[in-house]
Amino acid sequence: MTETVLSVRDLIVEIPTRDAVLRPVDQVSYDIAAGEILGVVGESGAGKSMTGNAVIGLLDRPAHITGGEIWLNGRRIDQLRGDAMRRVRGKEIGMVFQDPLTSLNPLLQIGEQLTETMLAHLDISEAEARKRAIAALDEVGIPAAASRIDSYPHEFSGGMRQRVVIALALCAEPSLVIADEPTTALDVSVQAQIISLLRRLCRERGTAVMLVTHDMGVIAEAADRVAVMYAGRLAELGPVREVIQRPRHPYTEGLMGSTPLASRGQARLRQIPGAMPRLGRLPDGCAFHPRCPKAEDRCRQNPTPRLDADQGRAACWFPVEHKEAAE
Amino acid sequence: MTRPLVSVKNLTRVFDVSKPWLNRVIERLPKARLTAVSDVSFDIPERQVYALVGESGSGKSTIGKMIVGLLNPSDGVVEVEGIDLSRETDPAKVDKVRSDIQMIFQDPFASLNPRWKVRDIIVEPVAARGGDTKGMAERLLEQVGLSAEDAGKFPHEFSGGQRQRICIARALASEPKLIVCDEPTSALDVSVQAQVLNLMSDLKDEFGLTYLFITHDLTVVQHMADRVGVLYLGRLVEEAAPGTLFERPAHPYTQMLLAAAPKMDGFGREVEPPKGEIPDPINPPPGCAFNPRCPLADDRCRSERPELREVEGSRVACHYAERALALMAEAEPA
Repeated sequence: MTETVLSVRDLIVEIPTRDAVLRPVDQVSYDIAAGEILGVVGESGAGKSMTGNAVIGLLDRPAHITGGEIWLNGRRIDQLRGDAMRRVRGKEIGMVFQDPLTSLNPLLQIGEQLTETMLAHLDISEAEARKRAIAALDEVGIPAAASRIDSYPHEFSGGMRQRVVIALALCAEPSLVIADEPTTALDVSVQAQIISLLRRLCRERGTAVMLVTHDMGVIAEAADRVAVMYAGRLAELGPVREVIQRPRHPYTEGLMGSTPLASRGQARLRQIPGAMPRLGRLPDGCAFHPRCPKAEDRCRQNPTPRLDADQGRAACWFPVEHKEAAE
Repeated sequence: MTRPLVSVKNLTRVFDVSKPWLNRVIERLPKARLTAVSDVSFDIPERQVYALVGESGSGKSTIGKMIVGLLNPSDGVVEVEGIDLSRETDPAKVDKVRSDIQMIFQDPFASLNPRWKVRDIIVEPVAARGGDTKGMAERLLEQVGLSAEDAGKFPHEFSGGQRQRICIARALASEPKLIVCDEPTSALDVSVQAQVLNLMSDLKDEFGLTYLFITHDLTVVQHMADRVGVLYLGRLVEEAAPGTLFERPAHPYTQMLLAAAPKMDGFGREVEPPKGEIPDPINPPPGCAFNPRCPLADDRCRSERPELREVEGSRVACHYAERALALMAEAEPA
């Protein structure tokens, strides 16, 4: 059950620019086990989407992987090129993007898009593929799937389209699904439907999921473990309940404090001063130190302690201590 | 009893979404009308924060635009300081009220002219009326937490949160009484959202402002609002103080919305996801618009539209609000 599906080690993504080489992803390591949902949170520019795109091999030039390893089911995939990568993508890794309208081809009926994917990756006949496509649509909760299969994407609402995208991502039975902000464009009630669908399907099939989002609430409800990213680096990694209730990195703590909560009423929100630094102007030492209330000389000079995939919670010299008796 | 600053009465807005004339003739299509806002009434007392919440297509932004005068109502009245902007004929009065209303938009990238310096952007509402603007931009920038030197820069030199601060400074320039905020923090990250929300509450106390807060984010509403109106398909379905609304929602739609919202302490929570989606606003269902998704709906809901009525301190548009409340109390673990 707990076999590791995806294993990322010291991943570095760089973008060469005229002035400097930027590092949107800097030495990120994590594992995802079968049937597990790993939430990746962070603010815009933290490198969370970039990490997902690196895994599936969809980095936009000139961004490219310059260091580290990506292993999928015991096979190294970060060096695969062209056709070899294309076979992994879709077959072994499914992808759900934020905008369901742009991730479907508007000129093809959804049935065609589903069967095309299956025929490309599975060894089945066209009739069989169509049968499976109907079953897949039925499974993601599209009513009257057999008649809707010949509809075009524009005939569906936003929530229904995202269901089609999920069916598309899962139809070749991948072992890993990367969901990049899958519900950000959707209303709350539809978001709840999509999240519960994603969770149910992955649990049933034992698919590993990397759920990239900026919404802590979604993470809290859906994820098993959570990785918090800041300025391209992992700030904290741990079980979701631990990270949310007892954050150890000052950044995670600040993030929790700035989220309006029912229990806090209308009390003033705790705010993190300043903003995330731009990639070209990362400070020395810990990237968070200019905004950190606890920063000392050590933080300004030395890079933060390494956060390995299997041990350690927070990449911080002075992690937040929590009294066990709290609450 | 003091007069509320804003008074909205039976506000309705219908958009004509028909195909062009020739298509209608050839394809024999009838005219299509979309009722974005239907018979909405509420008051905003001075120095209060009134929040309108709803999902996409609920008409919340349309109401905001009608209050600032960017759209005219199809029916009903918006009175600000007792003056109806769309019918008032005395230009002096209209001008006075106009300068008392300002708006902040969702996208701080689209709402600042990229070719203007920040100084010119901020003083524009005052300069357009021929007011004295010397030193004003610098003073306002410091008030919203930026520095006076920023006045000489262009919008592209700022981040999203800083741009939203510039928008707030511009809104403050004409010393308004009412600021209509249409999703002011939806485009911002959480930590930046916290900064902007804190700034907005500080400014409210300092200048005695009144906010109309339009948003889909329930946590923001809970944090900011003095009174909340919940919209569904262009109609007000429930109105209450935030404490009451979040603890004892009386309308089945509000209950569904609150249950669906992700919670920070809802680890691995298994919720029954809401059924169905918002119906087509061009052909809304008869009776209560929520009836196809409502667990309590019966024949009465499918034929007779519920009016807003008082139920335990809230205004609720539901035939069975009492039953909904009782069911809710039962479901709650003791």
